Amino acid sequence: MTTAEDYKSNGIGKDLAIYVCLLVLAGLQFVIAYQNIDASQMFRRMLAVAFIQAGLAALFFMHLWAEKRGLLLFVAIFTISVLLGMQFGWTDSSRMVGGAPFSSTNK
Amino acid sequence: MSQADFTMEGHSTGLTAGPAFSIPTKKLAMWLFIIADTMTFAACLVAYGFLRNGSPSWPRPFHGITNVALMTFVLLTSSLTMLFGLRSARAGDKARAFRWTMITAALGIVFALLHIREWLELIGQGMTLFKNPWGTGLFGASFFSITGLHLTHVTCGVIALIAVGVRYKGGRYNADDIEVLGLYWHFVDLVWMFVVPLVYLLNLAH
Repeated sequence: MTTAEDYKSNGIGKDLAIYVCLLVLAGLQFVIAYQNIDASQMFRRMLAVAFIQAGLAALFFMHLWAEKRGLLLFVAIFTISVLLGMQFGWTDSSRMVGGAPFSSTNK
Repeated sequence: MSQADFTMEGHSTGLTAGPAFSIPTKKLAMWLFIIADTMTFAACLVAYGFLRNGSPSWPRPFHGITNVALMTFVLLTSSLTMLFGLRSARAGDKARAFRWTMITAALGIVFALLHIREWLELIGQGMTLFKNPWGTGLFGASFFSITGLHLTHVTCGVIALIAVGVRYKGGRYNADDIEVLGLYWHFVDLVWMFVVPLVYLLNLAH
């Protein structure tokens, strides 16, 4: 567990600063929602902000930054590899919707 | 000493050398649960994205952001109060730690009530799991599935906060248990950061 010394050295001020950052980033997502841009661009911008928010929450609220580097790497690599793996399903599905399934290319 | 004894001894030493990543077992178990749950939510959101992309008449039923903004604010604030609770628990201030944990649970209840109010509004407008007045019926299924899964997590979290808080106050649990529960609560908050833009903000009626 995180030691008492860690908690003493990292004050409430840091928690508050991260909280304010998260609120500002959440507000930014609402601003993006009202921008006059196309849906795909809006999606990309919102997702980028969400990943920054998630990173801040995981590193500082969940204290991943204070844990052993091995755990940080394990969580990051495992999560990212599965999320990337899902993209194969996504692109395959899009191909099928777009009318170009695998069967048409395997002649 | 036989070869078998030697091997057994070596094996045993390896198993009892300490928990993986030098963190307590309960905390590691919570991290593994969080990773698994990340996959569940990611699968739901990717499937939702595919449905939204593939449906020509995807509805945009949300006319305002007040409710979702309030829900986001409440949930983010509950993460902060959870941190305060953990900090108090680490400092050995049991009464304050209990109070912050209960405040976190109360904020979780407020979030759940806001969520249910929003659901009832949408149901009142004719939206169900399989149909709605605005477009493809898949919207209701995906919306209720994703937000319902998240709401279930919040509800479980509130129950856990109350149970762990009471037991911590009674001396049966310690600060480590508050920390493990805090991991779960922050994860619920983290998931909401993806649900808001994908499910709500991309479906705002302009």
